[in-house]
Amino acid sequence: MRRVSRMTRAPRDLARPDAERAAGARAHAARPIPPFTAEHDRLRSEIREFIATRLRPHADEWENAGWFSNDAFGWLAQAGYLGLKFPAVYGGGGDTVAAAVLVEELAGCGSGGVAAGLGAHAGIALPPIEAFGTEEQKQRYLVPGLRGELIAALAITEPGAGSDVASIRTAARRVDGGYVVNGAKTFITGGVRADILVTAVKTKTEGGHHGISFLIVERGPGVTSSPLRKLGWHASDTAEIAFDDVFVPDENLLGREHEGFYLIMANFQWERLLMALGAVGAMQVCFEQTLRFLAGQGSGQAVRHAMAEIALAIEAGRDVTYAALRCHVAGADAVREVTIAKLQTQRCAFDVIDACVGIHGLDAPPELERALRDARLGPIGGGTDEIMKEILGRSLGL
Amino acid sequence: MADAQVESRKLYCLLLAAAKLLSNQDTSFRSAVSRSEKECLSMATADVAKPDYATQRKHFIFTDEHEQLRESIRRFVIKELQPHAEEWEETTFPDWVFTRMGELGFLGLDKPEQYGGQGGDYYTSLVLAEEMAHSHSGGLAMGVAVQTDMAMPPILAFGTEEQKQEWAAPAIKGTAILCIGITEPDAGSDVSGIKTRAVRDGDDYVINGSKTYITNGHRAHAIVLVTKTDVNSTPPTQPDDSGGAQSGEAGRRARATHEGFTLFLVPMDAPGVIREKRLKKLGMHASDTALLAFQDVRVPASAVLGQVGKGFYHIMWELQGERLIGAAGSVAGAQNVFDRTLQYAKERQAFGRSIGHFQVIRHKFADMATKIETARQMVYTTAWRFQNGEYPVREITMAKLYAARISVEVADECIQIHGGAGYMQEYGIERSWRDLRLNRIGAGTDEIMLDVIGRSYGL
Repeated sequence: MRRVSRMTRAPRDLARPDAERAAGARAHAARPIPPFTAEHDRLRSEIREFIATRLRPHADEWENAGWFSNDAFGWLAQAGYLGLKFPAVYGGGGDTVAAAVLVEELAGCGSGGVAAGLGAHAGIALPPIEAFGTEEQKQRYLVPGLRGELIAALAITEPGAGSDVASIRTAARRVDGGYVVNGAKTFITGGVRADILVTAVKTKTEGGHHGISFLIVERGPGVTSSPLRKLGWHASDTAEIAFDDVFVPDENLLGREHEGFYLIMANFQWERLLMALGAVGAMQVCFEQTLRFLAGQGSGQAVRHAMAEIALAIEAGRDVTYAALRCHVAGADAVREVTIAKLQTQRCAFDVIDACVGIHGLDAPPELERALRDARLGPIGGGTDEIMKEILGRSLGL
Repeated sequence: MADAQVESRKLYCLLLAAAKLLSNQDTSFRSAVSRSEKECLSMATADVAKPDYATQRKHFIFTDEHEQLRESIRRFVIKELQPHAEEWEETTFPDWVFTRMGELGFLGLDKPEQYGGQGGDYYTSLVLAEEMAHSHSGGLAMGVAVQTDMAMPPILAFGTEEQKQEWAAPAIKGTAILCIGITEPDAGSDVSGIKTRAVRDGDDYVINGSKTYITNGHRAHAIVLVTKTDVNSTPPTQPDDSGGAQSGEAGRRARATHEGFTLFLVPMDAPGVIREKRLKKLGMHASDTALLAFQDVRVPASAVLGQVGKGFYHIMWELQGERLIGAAGSVAGAQNVFDRTLQYAKERQAFGRSIGHFQVIRHKFADMATKIETARQMVYTTAWRFQNGEYPVREITMAKLYAARISVEVADECIQIHGGAGYMQEYGIERSWRDLRLNRIGAGTDEIMLDVIGRSYGL
């Protein structure tokens, strides 16, 4: 164990506080919090620069169009950012922690919809292919996916099944050489543009969640999708999807038949971590924006304390999220930690951005108002706050 | 690396010694601990049956040695302190707690070996603060924390060799009890408004004034006393708790007015030191809280602690450690009352089932667990910065504020879940609530914390 250095600090030094020792205004503390390293900090500035120059300028245009350009996937891939968490053999960067940096920084792109659309592809739809897919599936879908040439979406939620995943009804009937899929999915991020839909289906009518399987459904005859209008996330295409007698060959079964529920549960951990990281990033962006707004004007104590509350919320969210990330990358069962991180950050991000809007008053810029609408999805998507509380409560034996 | 191994071996030896000292080990307690640990692990992984991942889940600041230390302290606290919790609410805790803890090495865990300490890292002190919560007596935990993490650090950091030998060494042994005097009847949050004066008179200083809300004030053998030695310096009009950490013009202005304060190490038996009334209070009944008067107390110049005129900076530095250890204590206090309430919710029956199985109660626990875990991560991350030589004023302030708040919120919710039982003294929940309430006031109020944070952004 190391000796306490602060205890032996020379009194002379302590009597002369200076800027270096001080906690001056800085966006990030000097030392990266594990699991991040100095290397990740360098990557962070690189990514921040990339997002500010390549994505941010398009935010307004894409929001108004209700669609961001598919080129964005390619830009990210060319910069080497799209597949950060995936193994190098498939064209990835092989570093989950680096992927976490991207997710947090994507908040700087000025549109929750763009961040969500890119995240749904690389963070939610492709990971199950990497984790559960055959080598052939990985070559066919993951490799072009990481090049940004093929876009994937994950399709689980249905009009009649949201939080209660086990009650999905989209059916895959066994036929010679594959399955025939019938049913409907909804609220599918990227579902309009996606080339492939990683889809949860019932392969057994009985057995609740033990009868769920995953199929990789290619866009083709019988697959129709249409965009949904929503409160926020305007730049992303959120789809309602119908499957009408869609034939899916055997080789597109992802993972084992009837064991899709494990895939869902495994995937949820990273998805929820992404949401927690995204919330931390979004809060930081809005806080900095508000700090710039206040610069130069004298602020009263109420505003100072309101800003302190915001900074506090960000620090709290960051520390608990990074702890969950550490647990996740260490390969531990991080269900509890990840659930806590998501529950802690989502409503909090909405409240923080609401406070930022409040401090601006009628001067609130459109991107702040947009961030507020975008943040409202946090306590709903990826498992509602109430579901998070159920998971936590049950983990305590209640 | 070799150095680290030596250190950890030393700590391990200490642990063995401590274990031996704990006479006739209570095996039933020991099995109870391992049983509850197993329960915790199986509960946490109940929804996904997987192997035990305890190693990966352990926080990176802690080693196995820390965990052994934790277990050893917990065993001591539950066996030798907790049984007296209720009795000490009436009588305040006895002084033998210090000598006993000194004997076990628990008062000098992170203090240098040359003064009898164990030479451990900051995290050992954190472990002590956390485990003291098992005493179920906030007043006791506070009395000990004042000794280990408030009064001692400035002596070790700024004191002369003589001062360290005279006061730190016996304090680590537990034979000397220390207190620290900052607050006055007319100066609380506004530390720079203190009026206790120390006037140079030949080779001596003569001190006059009064201090209040002084924990350990009645039992202490010495006090770390904040005084004003230069009456010509005008106090600032704005809070600056950052230890002059502000930069730019505001910082220079603040620094200019924070000169003229000096710390003294004053023996409590010096003529003119008057221990006035024991103050009655909402909680923390097991601790003694004093109003002290200093009437022409004459001390030699060698009683000056640190540099003359730099006392404000010294004490602001001290407050950082006090706040961080206070935050750790808040989290541990919240966890403790949470655990007891969880047990109660599983046992208490209403409408044909245990109350914990009602969804609204289950969600209350989920909310509380989230708050506690978040506060804990803030404390650990900040402690890690502290241990690695940073001076993270802003993060400490945030951790203190957040932990103090949630500890009070959790305790309040725990009373609610207990219902009438929570309101009765018998269950000890209302005591936790009363004890934890101080966290939002002591060592800097919530409002001062917010001001410090806000100002750190130039607002």
